[in-house]
Amino acid sequence: MGEEEGLHQAQLLRLIMPVETQEERGETASLLGEKQPLRCSLLCEAVAPDFHQVWNLMGTRSWEPLPLSDATLRSHDSWTCSPLVPEYRLWDPVHMFLTPVVPHWPFYNLDTMFVRGLKRKCFDGEEDIEGTLAGIKAIPSYNLQRQSLLDMSLVKLQLCHMLVEPNLCRSVLIANTVRQIQEEMTQDGTWQMINTQSTGQASVDRLVSTDILCRSSREQAEGKHVPGYSTFSKDFEGDQAQDSSETMSTASSVQAPRNLPSNVWEMENPQENKGNFQKSLDQIFETLENKTPNSVEDLFSEVDNSYYDLDTMLTGMMSNTKMGHCDGLESFSSPTTTTSSSNCKSDLNELDHIVEILVES
Amino acid sequence: MAGAGGGNDIQWCFSQVKGAVDDDVAEADIISTVEFNHSGELLATGDKGGRVVIFQQEQENKTQSHSRGEYNVYSTFQSHEPEFDYLKSLEIEEKINKIRWLPQKNAAQFLLSTNDKTIKLWKISERDKRPEGYNLKEEDGRYRDPTTVTTLRVPVFRPMDLMVEASPRRIFANAHTYHINSISINSDYETYLSADDLRINLWHLEITDRSFNIVDIKPANMEELTEVITAAEFHPNSCNTFVYSSSKGTIRLCDMRASALCDRHSKLFEEPEDPSNRSFFSEIISSISDVKFSHSGRYMMTRDYLSVKIWDLNMENRPVETYQVHEYLRSKLCSLYENDCIFDKFECCWNGSDSIVMTGSYNNFFRMFDRNTKRDITLEASRENNKPRTVLKPRKVCASGKRKKDEISVDSLDFNKKILHTAWHPKENIIAVATTNNLYIFQDKMN
Repeated sequence: MGEEEGLHQAQLLRLIMPVETQEERGETASLLGEKQPLRCSLLCEAVAPDFHQVWNLMGTRSWEPLPLSDATLRSHDSWTCSPLVPEYRLWDPVHMFLTPVVPHWPFYNLDTMFVRGLKRKCFDGEEDIEGTLAGIKAIPSYNLQRQSLLDMSLVKLQLCHMLVEPNLCRSVLIANTVRQIQEEMTQDGTWQMINTQSTGQASVDRLVSTDILCRSSREQAEGKHVPGYSTFSKDFEGDQAQDSSETMSTASSVQAPRNLPSNVWEMENPQENKGNFQKSLDQIFETLENKTPNSVEDLFSEVDNSYYDLDTMLTGMMSNTKMGHCDGLESFSSPTTTTSSSNCKSDLNELDHIVEILVES
Repeated sequence: MAGAGGGNDIQWCFSQVKGAVDDDVAEADIISTVEFNHSGELLATGDKGGRVVIFQQEQENKTQSHSRGEYNVYSTFQSHEPEFDYLKSLEIEEKINKIRWLPQKNAAQFLLSTNDKTIKLWKISERDKRPEGYNLKEEDGRYRDPTTVTTLRVPVFRPMDLMVEASPRRIFANAHTYHINSISINSDYETYLSADDLRINLWHLEITDRSFNIVDIKPANMEELTEVITAAEFHPNSCNTFVYSSSKGTIRLCDMRASALCDRHSKLFEEPEDPSNRSFFSEIISSISDVKFSHSGRYMMTRDYLSVKIWDLNMENRPVETYQVHEYLRSKLCSLYENDCIFDKFECCWNGSDSIVMTGSYNNFFRMFDRNTKRDITLEASRENNKPRTVLKPRKVCASGKRKKDEISVDSLDFNKKILHTAWHPKENIIAVATTNNLYIFQDKMN
């Protein structure tokens, strides 16, 4: 399976759930409160430069419907949710805990070179259902393609070589691509939230990447709900904290798909404008200049707390391989703060172990 | 150039392959640079483990007129060691990025080798005689008791087994903040340049504690960084002229006589973008990975991700020739971006008469373009064709649709097998092609 190689690279595990909304299918966007049927399948991918694989992350799965009053679980692969609650939880019966997963825009390939087979085991683990993304939508829209390219680029910016300085040329080229996408999306007006009536607010120029890249300490202090991508730029800065960036990239990636681009799910709180995006992109380059040991502290001071929860959970898996259901929930709901710093600094052995646990089933 | 008469293309034959046989590639064995010396007698390779291996061509055997001399290992030495930058808490790789030979002035050979941060001048010398008959020392080196010396004799040199020694004569360090990507020796053979992502420095071969910065494109505010230097080379004849290429697909020619700091170019070579081919990846694939002057000095060649371009130094607005290396990859750019292959830095090289250019591709394929006949050929470096004097069969990649027999479809290409480094003998039709960890030597078929 190639885990050996994968483990020694900056490996990113990512849960990606392609989603087709009513909007995607050409129907009108739903009003607030109306449940939208969704068809999802789980695609787990190891992003390593050499190979593409589809893994079953953490073994068997079932979908847990959200505790909504009239939620219906229609079949294995679809359920309903409120557009206001952008969160799903994945119940892992093997390790007995709930993983928060936020649906992410489909990671389409612009070309069909690598056909993505989707493997997903049913709850009883009997069959593998294979399908292709074509089942969802034959040709992804340009916006989706562009979005997934943006996401891919941001992920790449985050991945750092373990101990050696990252290739500056590559970073510059990726950053330029990201800027290019951002500019185009700004011109398109795609940054704007389409469902302005959902929140009743004036549409805010809100870059997805803003949420993704930038997280000022002020926002942290206010405790806003911010997607896990915010860790990315900081990870890039933390070249020296290689272990931590490794851990972070693994953990944050699982949480990472809190990418809330548009119409279905709203950000609960408006974020700063796109100026932040540029700023955070610049930070990436600045840090290439100023690599001092102090930045390790900066690195941790500004990271989203909710990230740590997942990380705690994952590292907690190491110590208690059989975490009870309650433990899982508890550790998720009660964010740990300072102790998680040390978790982040766990060494590569721990990381290997974590990933091993994640993939072996 | 050999192959005259009958308007024939060269027929390439397998000659030798160097390196481990098994598929499991040790990381340290990955070849990172290949370079013939000025006479072609010596072929140097550098690898990721910081070692330099030099092969020497056997003297031509008159009885074996159907093949040229083979290349055998001449010297192996550890050029660079891994280092640790304590200020940044980062490792400095020992991987040899470039080797450049100095022209031979005496019995010894000299070459420059560089990793990301440090350039070293190595002297490779032969020793085939040793002195014998010392008065005060025994043959094994022990000192004799002076009281036992009754006669005096003059030590004489006697032949011994050839020993090749490599010793570092100069170490040029601490001049580059970013990773060195190129070194180039000036035609005055006294100075050379070293280029990293943002700066180019000029050195004198004798002076190691000083270098002059001649190009600096680092913005005052690193946030504004959008372009880096990807390669640089001195003009083969004009000792005041050099070029450097950028990640945006531009080449700048600079004249050192104009000013001390050559931030302002004398010429800017850039081809306007083709709007029909525009995509998000346009900039990335326009990034130039290698630039090489022709031997004549009239032309220069650049390699970007999909093509090789020949530029006339007198014409800045477009190349005079463009050759597509693997155009079938254009529709696969997203996947290649995803697996980072789009950032692979392919090199290119001229043959001795500047009539053919060569570059590498994926699946261990390499391509040659004949500038006169406008014909091109794709060959494969693989151990399957390893019988000497077997003519290599041309390969073809089928872009789409029906795949003919013997063609390979794009989807079955192995993107882990890439040929990034190739070299052409300066005088003969002998080429050295580096796969991941093997070095292939091909020759033209002599009759």
